[in-house]
Amino acid sequence: MCDTCGCNITPGNRHLLQPNGRLEKTPDGREAITVLKGLLSENDRQAEHNRTHFDRHGVLAINLMSSPGSGKTALLEATIEALGNELRIAVVEGDLETENDAERIRAKGVPAIQIATGTACHLDAHMVHDALHQLDLDNIDILFIENVGNLVCPASFDLGHHRNVTLLSVTEGDDKPAKYPVMFRAADLMLISKTDLLAVLDDFDPAAAERHLRNLASRAPVLQVAARKQRAIDPWLDWLRMEVAAQRERVAHDETLRPAVQLDGQHLHVGAKLRPLHNFVRLP
Amino acid sequence: MHELSVCQALVQQLKDIAVREDAARITRVVVQIGPLSGVEAQLLRHAYPVASAGTVADTAELILESLPIRVRCESCGAESDASTNRLVCGVCGDYHTQMLSGDELLLAQVEFERADESGTVH
Repeated sequence: MCDTCGCNITPGNRHLLQPNGRLEKTPDGREAITVLKGLLSENDRQAEHNRTHFDRHGVLAINLMSSPGSGKTALLEATIEALGNELRIAVVEGDLETENDAERIRAKGVPAIQIATGTACHLDAHMVHDALHQLDLDNIDILFIENVGNLVCPASFDLGHHRNVTLLSVTEGDDKPAKYPVMFRAADLMLISKTDLLAVLDDFDPAAAERHLRNLASRAPVLQVAARKQRAIDPWLDWLRMEVAAQRERVAHDETLRPAVQLDGQHLHVGAKLRPLHNFVRLP
Repeated sequence: MHELSVCQALVQQLKDIAVREDAARITRVVVQIGPLSGVEAQLLRHAYPVASAGTVADTAELILESLPIRVRCESCGAESDASTNRLVCGVCGDYHTQMLSGDELLLAQVEFERADESGTVH
């Protein structure tokens, strides 16, 4: 949702809109003002600012979210090894403490900025903005923002990125999308990770995981990846290549893209002319 | 636990509104939180006294409204109720639905008192 186009007005709050304007007297003489503004509108404003930065420099920004230990950093290491000669990659790492993940990424030869959030359970747009000033955006094709490992809080904060990628590892339950609907509903792509372990973890059913995702009315593609020994990440690499091309196309046409969870408000914007910014990627 | 961050953002908006409207005291705040907003209403309520302490809104009554989850089906056009982890069409079962309500995280309404020239709040 946004605060500028009126899409915050839903069937549930339309009654609050006053016929005589937004300022009204209550029966006991106090004044009341109708606001209908997102609680996180300050974060959203900063996120739009970040997105403008990314678009101006032609950067595709991807927010990686998952539980702790689902293989986000390992996937990034494998991705850098595979695409490092083809695309210029940089990483912003979010963790409560330590530089460990940023050091792992730097060891692969790409820039990495570590955000130590202290006690905060998520990244927000302001933290990411501070990190951006330490990166040379003109020399980056893809910026990965590896969010704090957490299936709850990161879903609520727009960082200014273009795509949400949510990992679900086969060492977790295949019903995670049903248990954490806010997170998985926000995914533009769901990656089932550590699939090389499926042979020994036969209680995880990838088809069931996808069914739980579809129950959230999600049309996001679902891909499988294995980033370690029996590496298999080609479909993910193809998705990234396609997204980089799509971002270049958008930048050339002065368009941008917000992640999936922003979709609903747009549809509710009565009479709005929808720009074709949210087309889902169809994989062959 | 991100409810404290959300609550701090709420209080900041209330402070801005108080300045803009020349309000002496904010008396009532209506917030709409959908079941799919990602914010737990009770945690937000617990965070409010901490986040608002010492501000113009610290004695305000906090009203938290939860809106039902409603979806519209793109296939059959029906509108139906849905639940947090089952957002498919209640009529035909298709998952190509749009959310009509249920994911709000909105400051809906603010009620306040102004001080008159003598400084009396009313």
